Amino acid sequence: MEHLLSLLVRTVFIENMALSFFLGMCSFIAISKKVETAIGLGIAVVVVQVITVPANNLAYTYLLREGALAWAGMPDVDLSYLGLLTYIGVIAAIVQILEMLLDKYVPSLYNALGIFLPLITVNCVIMAGSLFMVERDYNFSESVVYGFGSGASWALAIALLAGIREKLKYSDVPDGLQGLGITFITIGLMSLGFMSFSGIQL
Amino acid sequence: MAQQPTVKEVLFNPVFNNNPIALQILGICSALAVTSNLKTALVMAIALTLVTAFSNLFISLIRAQIPGSIRMIVQMVIIASLVIVVDQLLRAFAFSLAKQLSVFVGLIITNCIVMGRAEAFAMQNPPMLSFWDGIGNGLGYSAMLVALGIIRELFGAGKLLGIEILPLIKDGGWYLPNGLLLLPPSAFFLIGLFIWGLRTWKRNQVETPTFRMAPQVSDREAY
Repeated sequence: MEHLLSLLVRTVFIENMALSFFLGMCSFIAISKKVETAIGLGIAVVVVQVITVPANNLAYTYLLREGALAWAGMPDVDLSYLGLLTYIGVIAAIVQILEMLLDKYVPSLYNALGIFLPLITVNCVIMAGSLFMVERDYNFSESVVYGFGSGASWALAIALLAGIREKLKYSDVPDGLQGLGITFITIGLMSLGFMSFSGIQL
Repeated sequence: MAQQPTVKEVLFNPVFNNNPIALQILGICSALAVTSNLKTALVMAIALTLVTAFSNLFISLIRAQIPGSIRMIVQMVIIASLVIVVDQLLRAFAFSLAKQLSVFVGLIITNCIVMGRAEAFAMQNPPMLSFWDGIGNGLGYSAMLVALGIIRELFGAGKLLGIEILPLIKDGGWYLPNGLLLLPPSAFFLIGLFIWGLRTWKRNQVETPTFRMAPQVSDREAY
């Protein structure tokens, strides 16, 4: 239990997806002009991440890993080279199913998150979550925690950035830095701030 | 019908005038983490250029056959297969490098440049032209990546491609390395400064601010 808690703290603060691994930058910069939309996208990322990382963990453990097909009577098969194709397929399928389910059963949630879901398939955070999970050999319960933590870390970062950018638009920025340039500098400063979490251990 | 762009245009426009990173905000995701030294930056740049070029070529070849409703999936499968080829090649011939790049090779799949060019250019243009467009956009991305890699490795560790350029103080030289350049924040600062430089040179890329500061008014006028 303690070890899962420590994993959670580490993924949210120290190994922040956006600020220390530069992941999901495209939508991180494009969608962070308003706090509400940023929070909406953040929540959608957390939800998708919590489902896809464990799903890919199962796919990896029972289908792709070397010797994983032993239950089907094929202990020598190693399909791990199909990993990338499988993960992106699983992610695309889950996002699609989630979209249809929400549309049918929880329309209010669909209205809030719906527009963000298609954006999420090509969001690097989701794919990277699955890839890191495989590389670090997480087991199922760790992968659930890791999925939640990495999604939450990204959501936290985008909400904070949106807050800063809402204020920043009233300030007098040099011409060449206007817009994109100053956003990068801001993210750099935030990243510097998050660096101070490194070294915290539970 | 709009005039067909020439090969030269599609090849060099993305490098300066329409840089995918600096102007279109595409593909920054996997770009910054690999630039802390020049070698990984170069490998990443080559890998992405090849994947973009070939995915453009293949998608353009079958663009008439792809049904509109499932085009995303088709594009994704082509791109993912190409990335798997690159990944396997790297693992076979440069294993230690592949370990350093870790997940970032796989992340080329979700790199917005590849998907963006496939959707925006390859779906409407003939195969060879799309191929050159892929190379051009790859070059635009590479230029940024290599520039960042050179600055970060040279001033952060005093080396280029592992060869010592600036002798470090701890080895009896004169250069005190700036450790910050090897950490994530420096990549953001550098790219921000690059954009500033590029936009000062090409004024038409400057974005208009949402609000303009009113000129200074004296106290008496203000009340």
